[in-house]
Amino acid sequence: MNEAAARAKASPKAAGREIQNAPGGDEMPILRFLTCGSVDDGKSTLIGRLLYDCQLIHEDTLESLSNESRHFGTTGGDLDLALLVDGLQAEREQGITIDVAYRYFSTPRRKFIVADTPGHEQYTRNMATGASRCDLAIILVDARKGVVTQTRRHSCIAHLLGIEHVVVAINKMDLIGFDAGSFVEIEKDYREFAAELGIPNVTAIPLSALTGDNVSTRSENTPWYEGPTLLEKLEAVDVSGATATSPLRMPVQWVCRPDLDFRGYAGTLASGTVSPGDHIVALPSARTSTVTRIVTSDGDLELASAGDAVMLTLADEIDISRGDIICLKNDRAEVADQFAADIVWMSERPLLKGRPYILRCGQQSTICQISDIRHKINVENLDHIASRQLELNDIGLCNLSVSKPIVFDQYQDNRATGGFILIDRLTNETVGAGMIRYSLRRAHNVHWQAVDIHKQARSTQKHQRACCIWFTGLSGSGKSTIANVLEKRLYAQGRHTYLLDGDNVRHGLNRDLGFTDADRVENIRRVTEVARLMVDAGLITLVSFISPFRAERRFARERFEGEEFLELYVDTPIEICESRDAKGLYAKARAGEIKNFTGISSPYEAPESAELIIKGGSKSPEELADSIVEFLVEQKIIDEI
Amino acid sequence: MQKSRHLKDLEAESIHILREVAGQFERPVLMYSIGKDSSVLLHLALKAFYPAKPPYPLLHVDTTWKFREMIAFRDEVAARHGLDLIVHINQEGVDEGIGPFTHGSAAHTDIMKTQALRQALEKHKFDAAIGGARRDEEKSRAKERIFSHRTADHRWDPKKQRPELWQTYNGRLSPGESMRVFPMSNWTELDVWEYIYVEDIPIVPLYLSAERPVITRDGMLIMADDDRVPFEPGETPQMKRVRFRTLGCYPLTGAIESPAHSVAEIVDEIKAARTSERQGRMIDKDQTGSMEKKKEEGYF
Repeated sequence: MNEAAARAKASPKAAGREIQNAPGGDEMPILRFLTCGSVDDGKSTLIGRLLYDCQLIHEDTLESLSNESRHFGTTGGDLDLALLVDGLQAEREQGITIDVAYRYFSTPRRKFIVADTPGHEQYTRNMATGASRCDLAIILVDARKGVVTQTRRHSCIAHLLGIEHVVVAINKMDLIGFDAGSFVEIEKDYREFAAELGIPNVTAIPLSALTGDNVSTRSENTPWYEGPTLLEKLEAVDVSGATATSPLRMPVQWVCRPDLDFRGYAGTLASGTVSPGDHIVALPSARTSTVTRIVTSDGDLELASAGDAVMLTLADEIDISRGDIICLKNDRAEVADQFAADIVWMSERPLLKGRPYILRCGQQSTICQISDIRHKINVENLDHIASRQLELNDIGLCNLSVSKPIVFDQYQDNRATGGFILIDRLTNETVGAGMIRYSLRRAHNVHWQAVDIHKQARSTQKHQRACCIWFTGLSGSGKSTIANVLEKRLYAQGRHTYLLDGDNVRHGLNRDLGFTDADRVENIRRVTEVARLMVDAGLITLVSFISPFRAERRFARERFEGEEFLELYVDTPIEICESRDAKGLYAKARAGEIKNFTGISSPYEAPESAELIIKGGSKSPEELADSIVEFLVEQKIIDEI
Repeated sequence: MQKSRHLKDLEAESIHILREVAGQFERPVLMYSIGKDSSVLLHLALKAFYPAKPPYPLLHVDTTWKFREMIAFRDEVAARHGLDLIVHINQEGVDEGIGPFTHGSAAHTDIMKTQALRQALEKHKFDAAIGGARRDEEKSRAKERIFSHRTADHRWDPKKQRPELWQTYNGRLSPGESMRVFPMSNWTELDVWEYIYVEDIPIVPLYLSAERPVITRDGMLIMADDDRVPFEPGETPQMKRVRFRTLGCYPLTGAIESPAHSVAEIVDEIKAARTSERQGRMIDKDQTGSMEKKKEEGYF
């Protein structure tokens, strides 16, 4: 077949006829919902039942299902619908679902995406993940057991993640003879609890996933029940919520510049609507302009609304980049660098106060620190528990500060602009998720106390450029000795200096800190902040600190301006350090008396891009100090003498 | 016919993801396998960046056993849109004469597809590879993230997947690591066909029914697309009215007997279908949990 013929034949509309039974324009939007329940509540069976009833199970799938039912099934050889949804091999063998899986089915009225999340207690992480994009949660309750701890836990998480519609599926009604009294009792219990939480829409349905009663067909066994079947409820529920009528938020994902005449801003509307002629503001820069076109490949639009992926052009050439959020000029999102948020912790390594993480909120990315863990939340009743750290699957209310202000809304007003993830800077794993409650201070209202005598003035007066010289290296590498000689040299030249020594600081400012991970992070943070104040005072500040981890040193570096921070690696072979052993620490570490001793039982991560590397042990401390002085001259920290 | 609400939602979500890749990665590439899902994926990418072209090249890993019509279609599509097309063939595999008839489907797929893909990604230092896979295709895919992390040796660890919340994607990588990105994760086979129909997207004609020479082997209808098929005694191709639900290497892709010779008829056929799409794929059946094992090793 030649190419032209191939094209003609392959063009979908070249042959055939219009599809007759395609849905019209007034159908319901996709419903994304999640199912939660304890291990034996029959959650997988319920999803399998929905798929089966909607005839989404193909013959070949059914065949392999009946093979597997004999192998892994828990229904004594009958078709085990749960096996349809338990995906990975390991899970099938363990008989539990261990991750979030997505299922798809549709009826003539609606398309559904099901987030299937595990019911096992330790998997809060997965449920929060599944719930983040859902509008409705089905919470399974075993009719024989009623509302249990897990029920409350799942409801709390669903509520925290912003789900407003809950269907309580009171399952296994067949096992209690479809008893109306039990159903009414459980429904009453649940409604009381939901009201305390503040879940606005609750529907309770008596059903049996195994037999199909009230799942997609009305049960003859529950003549006393007048509400909808589960499927009727799912087809009819209106979850459009407030995103369409909320103020415009369009986070910019990508700037389109195919040629000099066109500049477009691509993004998905998180909420609201936009039209040509609208007066907009780009945050955080607060530059304003007017929308000229809404460009799509299908032609320009007159109106775009929440969920649409579009490209805007503006009347003015203002500087907008990825991460900025376009709002209407008179209805802006907040901009702040400190806020309070509920955080779901998802990592094996606990969340520590003071440790820096990457915060990603939509397309914005910045360094953040937890400045305070205000309390942990008991997800069975939302009670507050005092805590210094968050462990895997903990949820807590925290104060955060970010290194540059971010644009956001409160999570309860806008999930797309109020939710963020936290990323570990070493592993790049997603370690937490947060929902912003409120800003602690508005960046545009709070200014630094303006001072007339500033850092540069103080430096100039002293004829030097203020900086922080950060000595890192093994214990016994000679850091403090060299720093001490260097300070004497500088002092003799009339320079203004200060030496902060890691050991000495622990006697005063940091005497309350031990050697746990949390305390080490705090130790570094305090030393860094003190060094910053010293630099602000115009001093050449020497910090002598083992600081074995790159993340710690990077954290320190990021607290300083461009060329203020000089990392100086005292690279002394461990054999030499150990032979010196001035404080007898290596001997103790070798004997196992000191745990986590750098170089012996805990790693030292050598700098990858230190400003200066000094080979310790190669020359005398005086000669090494002289070479540092030369370096400082090169760096224009001090003038030549 | 108007584009239905749910297709609009799916389209917008996919465009959002395609733009995130452009925003988050240094050297992304769009995996173009010529099939219907790739055709939709490319169509979405053209939309996402309009009026600019997609800011990434196309990559086709050619096993040298694709249907001839697929190759012709591929070259024509790239030329029509003026796109940068990279074709990668595992030359070592060719030199060793690897093929599905001589080495079996598992070895052939591993060497000419999985390993070839690794070679291509490493050669061009791609940090993100965008693919058209869907979660409804196969059970292990149902749990895969939209941004799916791969270790430096291209392995997928299903137990160490990053939680994926809202539409906030974590594309951060350590040196050597890469990301597979699946913008069509939430589409179903029916969605794909309905979208092809309403958007009038060109597809390889093999999807449409025609008289084709096929032989029956192991219950599958295999099309003899060139003269490399080693016929067994008494085996001669029969002309049958067939089409393909998925397209891969011709010796491994089973045809179905079907009269559907237009996209509209395919949509109807799928609505009424009682067998799932991957039925025609020999490679899924090698062993239980077969796809999961392949993916851990780096299959797309």
